[in-house]
Amino acid sequence: MKEKAKILDPEGIHRAIMRIAHEIIEKNKGSVGLCVVGIRNRGVYIAQRIAACIKQIEGIDVSTGALDITLYRDDLALATGQPLVRKTEIDFDINDKNLVLVDDVLYTGRTIRAALDALIDFGRPKSIQLAVLVDRGHRELPIRADFVGKNIPTSKKESVEVYLQESDGRDEVLIAEKE
Amino acid sequence: MFWTKKDLLGLEYLTPEEIELILDTVESFKEVSTREIKKVPALRGKTTVNLFYEPSTRTRVSFEVAAKRLSADVINIATETSSVKKGETLIDTGKNIQALKADIIIMRHNCSGAANMLARALDISVVNAGDGWHEHPTQALLDIFTLKEKLGKIKGLNVAIVGDIAHSRVARSNIWGLTKLGASVTLCAPEMLLPVEIEKTGVKITSNIEEALRNADAVNVLRMQFERDEGAAFPQQLDYYKKFGITEERLAKAKKDIVVMHPGPINRGIEMSSEVADGSNSVILEQVTNGIAVRMAVLFLVSQAREAKQ
Repeated sequence: MKEKAKILDPEGIHRAIMRIAHEIIEKNKGSVGLCVVGIRNRGVYIAQRIAACIKQIEGIDVSTGALDITLYRDDLALATGQPLVRKTEIDFDINDKNLVLVDDVLYTGRTIRAALDALIDFGRPKSIQLAVLVDRGHRELPIRADFVGKNIPTSKKESVEVYLQESDGRDEVLIAEKE
Repeated sequence: MFWTKKDLLGLEYLTPEEIELILDTVESFKEVSTREIKKVPALRGKTTVNLFYEPSTRTRVSFEVAAKRLSADVINIATETSSVKKGETLIDTGKNIQALKADIIIMRHNCSGAANMLARALDISVVNAGDGWHEHPTQALLDIFTLKEKLGKIKGLNVAIVGDIAHSRVARSNIWGLTKLGASVTLCAPEMLLPVEIEKTGVKITSNIEEALRNADAVNVLRMQFERDEGAAFPQQLDYYKKFGITEERLAKAKKDIVVMHPGPINRGIEMSSEVADGSNSVILEQVTNGIAVRMAVLFLVSQAREAKQ
């Protein structure tokens, strides 16, 4: 992988997440009945940051959860590498909540499709909205994000790499090219 | 770290890292059974076959529940009513099941090594649900998982295994698994129920139950398999209880938080008293619950390994 361009620095990531938090509150007319669920791994950290921003803005704690979608993947039967199954942790009732699903990068949409299936097994939220830090295009399913940190047009040969303090020790988004 | 084996035959054949990978995967599957909808689509479209040559309720049901919670289709073959009665060999039975395009055979057999033999003959996965006196890997994995959950680690623990070691595949799988993960194991049994040369596996041996319990963090109490007593020397039931039975008086002299396990079914008043079986140190029913997650993890991993290879 060769680094091609830096897309977001730490301040850029923070501003994007803060704006997403504002937009979530605006769209849902406050933060009552709201919960934020991140897709493992990095979606979970972004979800926690969004919740922290909502707390800062509204002074209300919204529930956060972590969703592992490995068991719902549509490529399990043809996976070449073997995915590690991790734990789903949603220790609150999602019924009748406005649920914001969070991931780092939106690409083909297949991860989100799997996440929707997984969520439906936990209950019937009033609504499910999608927030992503980066939308890089190339959808293979009719899925779109409600809240986007940054739209980045990419080619399929490129990859978008998201690094976060919680998992990688630094905040950065960059585009790399496969060599 | 990836799972590469198409079969699970015994803990003897696994590395410590592979055992740890299973235990970590179990953690994730445990959550599925706490949901209102206890089902994930991971094995949708796969078929598992329970092929049991020996009577079993809890292991067979546990595997069936595990497979169904993964959305697999489950077929049960009772050998008493099958072509096995007409003299079909094990390999032929296995090849026929493979020809039906099943994906995983879960087998219990009264001959040690039967699962290894079947696995060699077939391309599909074989999971050993107990073979003779050899191994019962998923039982040992659920024992070890339960221990780890209760005590936070396996390395450095003192685990006593009490009872009919000689006839016990549960004991053998536990000895392999526990010693590979760094626990020290003490076996306690009447001399006639200890296999010869077992001390070569690195375990301690005693015939004194108080001594076995003295430093133990956990005690795994095996079932006395009276049905395997084919006229050989077997202790009288009451005599056994007096010398080896786990009672409240004996536990009072052990560590306060000693974990008491039993693979079931319990002979109350022979291996342990009812007070101990139902007491606060007992994790016997938690073992049953954990057994489902362990078997889900095993079925998931062997099915993935097979596909990664293709």
